[in-house]
Amino acid sequence: MEQLVIFGVLIVLGFTFGKANEKKHYKSIREREKSSRSIAVVNFKKPPFDDSKIEDQKLVIGATVISIDYFKLISAGLKSLFGGRLRSYESLVDRGRREAILRMKEEAKGFNMILNVRIETSSISKGPKNNSVGSLEVLAYGTAIKVNEV
Amino acid sequence: MLLSNIETIPGKKVVEFFGLATGSTVRAKHFGKDLMAGLKNIVGGELTGYSELLTESREEAMQRMIAQAKNSGANAIVNVRFSTSSVAQGAAELYCYGTAVRVE
Repeated sequence: MEQLVIFGVLIVLGFTFGKANEKKHYKSIREREKSSRSIAVVNFKKPPFDDSKIEDQKLVIGATVISIDYFKLISAGLKSLFGGRLRSYESLVDRGRREAILRMKEEAKGFNMILNVRIETSSISKGPKNNSVGSLEVLAYGTAIKVNEV
Repeated sequence: MLLSNIETIPGKKVVEFFGLATGSTVRAKHFGKDLMAGLKNIVGGELTGYSELLTESREEAMQRMIAQAKNSGANAIVNVRFSTSSVAQGAAELYCYGTAVRVE
């Protein structure tokens, strides 16, 4: 009985705070994406113009560890019995990737372009008992260049 | 030390190659941070403790790579790559590697 109560409380907590958290996070992501639009993020290996225009370069890295809430963890577990889209995980990886790219862009302040962007995702296991992906790490990195405008 | 993850340093010319430079570190999670992350897992969102830990470790791996490249007389590392792997339960290895070169 006690365990059921704890389980119920965790689910309610996860549902309310998790939803609010996600909304807040998406809002801040959208705002920052708008304000950092001047930096072009591309995965070309070579700049699409002459090399001699480049003034400065730097390796930029952005990383984040993001976790799913309890309600979504349980609902995704149930959903995976039947298969199909797991929306809760989709939004998790989406948030993680966009956040990592934004952090990389923030590190590239004063540069015009980020070349050869690589995005890597790895899951962090929570222990022997619970092997499901509760949290994941996203790493984004690239070479930022500053272009001399002629 | 100049770093880039493309084959050259943009705007510069590679004049000499020194081979691969690597750096790695294995870090275990701090018990307190682990507990906090477990609690944060209920409501979801960013796990700041882990983010910081991994960023610090990655920085250390990069410093080791840079030290190795410096030893061989290079002044830049090109084509830098990162990778993460878990070697033991609760510990992560952060590894980075690149080609040490001299540019002008």
